[in-house]
Amino acid sequence: MVQAASLTANAGSRGNGSAVALDAVTISFRFADGSAYTAVEHATLAVADGEFVSIVGPTGCGKTTLLNVAAGLLAPSAGRTTIFGTPLGSLNARAGYLFQAEALFPWKTAVENVAIGLDVAGVPAREARARAENWLTRVGLQGFASRYPHMLSGGQRKRVGLAQVLIRDPKILLMDEPFGPLDAQTRQIMGNLLLDLWNADRKAVLFVTHDLEEAIALSDRVVIMSAGPAARILGEWRVALPRPRDIAEVKLEPAFRDLHREIWHVLKTEVLKGYAQTGGG
Amino acid sequence: MAHSRANLIVLQVLVAVLAIGLWHVLTATDVLPPFFFSTPVDVFSRVVKWFVEGTIWRHLWVTLVESVLAFVLGSAAGALVGFWFARKPYLAAVLDPYVKMINALPRVVLAPIFALWLGLGIWSKVALGVTLVFFVVFFNVYQGVKEVSHTVLANARMLGMSERQLMRHVYWPSALSWMFSSLHTSVGFAVVGAVVGEYLGSAAGLGYLIQQAEGVFDVAGVFAGMFVLAVFVLAIDGLVSAVERRLLVWRPLAAETRA
Repeated sequence: MVQAASLTANAGSRGNGSAVALDAVTISFRFADGSAYTAVEHATLAVADGEFVSIVGPTGCGKTTLLNVAAGLLAPSAGRTTIFGTPLGSLNARAGYLFQAEALFPWKTAVENVAIGLDVAGVPAREARARAENWLTRVGLQGFASRYPHMLSGGQRKRVGLAQVLIRDPKILLMDEPFGPLDAQTRQIMGNLLLDLWNADRKAVLFVTHDLEEAIALSDRVVIMSAGPAARILGEWRVALPRPRDIAEVKLEPAFRDLHREIWHVLKTEVLKGYAQTGGG
Repeated sequence: MAHSRANLIVLQVLVAVLAIGLWHVLTATDVLPPFFFSTPVDVFSRVVKWFVEGTIWRHLWVTLVESVLAFVLGSAAGALVGFWFARKPYLAAVLDPYVKMINALPRVVLAPIFALWLGLGIWSKVALGVTLVFFVVFFNVYQGVKEVSHTVLANARMLGMSERQLMRHVYWPSALSWMFSSLHTSVGFAVVGAVVGEYLGSAAGLGYLIQQAEGVFDVAGVFAGMFVLAVFVLAIDGLVSAVERRLLVWRPLAAETRA
């Protein structure tokens, strides 16, 4: 039954309308000692324009690797990546990437960090700054413009990062466990902020997380990956919950809990496998 | 309360008073012969005499000019070469043993060569200072470019930066921050180069003053020269600290110095 659901979802989202389409992507790394490691095997995945898709999997399953392929930061060993129907050769210029680790420029203030994407695109400095200040307000950071990243909290830094990426108005948003290091309350607030911003212009989103609840609450579709090495895509589930959603409230709905139970049944075995391989780390 | 700033200063002054007092007592009672150890009063009156007569200013000026030139030229060369090496790893690998070899060389042995090549004027001292400053700045800039976080770099690329914009917005600020964090060391080395150069052969400067006094067993003159030199270095160091505070405002912690 799971298999059937995944197949129909796949068929529906593939095709020309896809913002991101990974076709039978395999990613192997070769080490200096000659040994090879296959992180992801034969992954096929498509994100339609305006669709919010989450990838969930146990730690070390190659979720980030897959995201880096979609960003063009990493070339797959086999398979094809197409962005709005065009094969991806180099960096994906239509995507914005929110990284898991600290990615802000520590020597630039919050407003400079947000404005940099416009600066390098040749937007006049004054206009770039005005728009950056506007974006800081949109992510709830008015009054923090002249702070350096180390003077901001983890959640505030993520807000700056979000503004930094969104100010360039990318058609695709790639997010790698962006709220991972934050505490539970801040995660929830950031999740709602993300949904609000996304609702305004519905970009295609590929969101990587290890948190199934977060994935269901945010997404239109949830993709589950198996434990690595040679991780595969196990299946995908459509999330039919109505929008706009509130992260905290949507988790109380019976439909949410049913879906969570169904997916967790599959994910649990993979998580345990993942733990067995990494020693719980 | 015991650790307040005022208390700290009082204790710091007390250390000086005790040391000078001990020195005075020991030389006054002839436990230490004044011929070899001079006396605090002699040294102090010598320093006063230099400043009253104004003879010291010329020497201070010469040492300052040499130090500043050595610092500026050494830093510029170190930053350029460090940047270049970091961006061209193969070139760095080829030249690596030679860089290490020259850096391992005690620079004092170069002083006579520089005197031979550049004469006894300020340029032989500047050259000696440059060889010291260059390596401090070179290693720090090299490291600064190499240690740019991969995530920050990937982020910069995703934000649409070209290779030139990466230089300007990522590599250069990172390299500069490492360079600034070694400012104390490189400025100190610039002064060392100037003074050692003067000491080994010159006609002016604090090193020359000390060397001249030594030549005639004038211990008070040697100590007075050392005292003026120490104050000179402290003043420059204070200036560097002020500059550092302004330049590294974005840094979370006190800058770490790498020699």
